[in-house]
Amino acid sequence: MNSLVIAEHSNIELKPSTLNTVTAARILGDDIDLLIAGKNCGAIADEGAKISGIAHVWLTDGPEYEHQLAENMAPIIADLASNYSHVFAPSSTFGKNIMPRVAALLDVQQISDVVAVESEDTFVRPIYAGNAMATVRSNDSVKLITVRTTAFKAAEMGGKAKQEIGPCKEDSGLSGFVKRELSKSERPELTAAKVIVSGGRGMQNGENFALLEALADKLGAAVGASRAAVDAGFVPNDYQVGQTGKIVAPELYIAVGISGAIQHLAGMKDSKVIVAINKDEDAPIFQIADYGVVGDLFKVVPELTAELDK
Amino acid sequence: MKVLVAVKRVIDYNVKIRVRADGSGIETNNVKMSMNPFDEIAIEETIRLKEAGKVDEIVAVSMGAQQCQETLRTAFAMGADRGIHVLTESTLEPLAVSKLLRAIVQEENPDLVILGKQAIDDDSNQCAQILAGLLGWGQGTFASKLDFIGRKVEVTREVDGGLETLWLALPAVISTDLRLNEPRYASLPNIMKAKKKTIHQKKPEDYGVDISPRLETLKVETPPTRATGIKVANAAELAIKLRDEAGVI
Ligand SMILES: Cc1cc2nc3c(=O)[nH]c(=O)nc-3n(C[C@H](O)[C@H](O)[C@H](O)COP(=O)(O)OP(=O)(O)OC[C@H]3O[C@@H](n4cnc5c(N)ncnc54)[C@H](O)[C@@H]3O)c2cc1C
Repeated sequence: MNSLVIAEHSNIELKPSTLNTVTAARILGDDIDLLIAGKNCGAIADEGAKISGIAHVWLTDGPEYEHQLAENMAPIIADLASNYSHVFAPSSTFGKNIMPRVAALLDVQQISDVVAVESEDTFVRPIYAGNAMATVRSNDSVKLITVRTTAFKAAEMGGKAKQEIGPCKEDSGLSGFVKRELSKSERPELTAAKVIVSGGRGMQNGENFALLEALADKLGAAVGASRAAVDAGFVPNDYQVGQTGKIVAPELYIAVGISGAIQHLAGMKDSKVIVAINKDEDAPIFQIADYGVVGDLFKVVPELTAELDK
Repeated sequence: MKVLVAVKRVIDYNVKIRVRADGSGIETNNVKMSMNPFDEIAIEETIRLKEAGKVDEIVAVSMGAQQCQETLRTAFAMGADRGIHVLTESTLEPLAVSKLLRAIVQEENPDLVILGKQAIDDDSNQCAQILAGLLGWGQGTFASKLDFIGRKVEVTREVDGGLETLWLALPAVISTDLRLNEPRYASLPNIMKAKKKTIHQKKPEDYGVDISPRLETLKVETPPTRATGIKVANAAELAIKLRDEAGVI
């Protein structure tokens, strides 16, 4: 058995999701290679080579790979895949976009969002917004897997892998990059944060998120949101936590003015400690909260922020 | 432009699902079913394109049991023109769905295929990408905005860090995200008109597609539930609990 992990990176930094994905792959053994495809990303390859458990790093460096377009990435992954029993990628928007296209090229049924690796062919994955867990066995020759990163610890650094030049192909001509508008924030990334403060429709508008920012500042937290808050334009789309947004599992998740719809719970119910602040004592969020405060968030949140100074 | 849209019949998003006691799957008897919400967004987008004069025909496809025809009627009531129903009682995995869609695309020759980014039952998020790969077309996944410029489409995508815009040569495959649009409710006259629109029923064999599953579901379980927590009176008490009991701050 040998696995290939597809690294997620921005040409400037290796994303932490790569490290969680390596841990999932390591469950099957230590014969793991890493593919780094991008432009001017030699430094990322050097970093990848230091991840414990990686034997070889494939470095595909060229302008065609700068934006990691699925149309260009899938053919090189499919080429490499024939040498491996398993190919793993994080179940981020990066992995979700590319891996099924690889599956098409290889004629394989990909297994999405794996939370447990039971054996070389058996995996557990959530279905129905995490309200059921399915154990599935694959009989495909190559297993293509996307990994729910919150279910696996980050791999440690301390390895010394060899680097080789990876496959390179011509640009597909099917698609191209126009622009990227990334949300700028000094805060930790939602999926990697230890503490998250999330706001819902109860916040009433975007300006009121300043209350959550102030609390988050005290806690070194990331700020998230429900779909309702994103749809209403209070905060950008990348704040959305849930079944169809980001899956998070911090040490502490504070849900403020969020009712607790199943689609929201799907994204945060594996958090270690959950706090809910809501004025409706019957809000479903209280059913999964470790600590609940029934009250007006415009009073409770500033009070909590003040308490943290004590 | 001709557009193909696929619509899946799923358990309604408001239903609290139940895992069957024997672990074989999810209880679907006597459960409210409706169109996958991301597919409603896909239909809505094509209707808006038609209203803007960019699209002249909308073909909706659904696959599965006989009742999928109801889902197609819903698509018609919203504004789709005609339907194709691939009848099968077998479980269809994303790879099989995309192979059937490829066969339909080869017959229908649409300029664009719009699919939901994920079905809220098995949450795979695969079909659009597989279909684009099988056809050798460009893919614009998790779309929140489409702009047609000549024989290209610019797709704004919801990605983990924010938004990304790509151009795709047509024909292409798009998958919808939540912010693309807000689907309309069908009006009564349109529901009546929907009854007259035609559905062609087909079988997977008609397309020569092998739909045998690649995955075997060994068991389906309910995830562990969280122990019920406590309510605290105010922020001061909460801070004490988080500090001294939970030790998270
Ligand atoms: C296909 C699909 C996918 C979806 N995906 C997601 C997803 O990924 N993530 C997600 O979050 N949702 C998702 N949803 C939406 C989900 O069903 C809910 O509509 C949404 O989560 C509700 O957001 P909310 O809790 O902020 O709003 P509401 O349900 O309106 O709740 C607002 C809460 O704020 C409280 N409140 C109001 N004012 C105050 C105050 N002053 N003080 C204290 N409390 C107050 C209210 O009591 C209420 O409980 C999805 C839905 C569909 C159909």
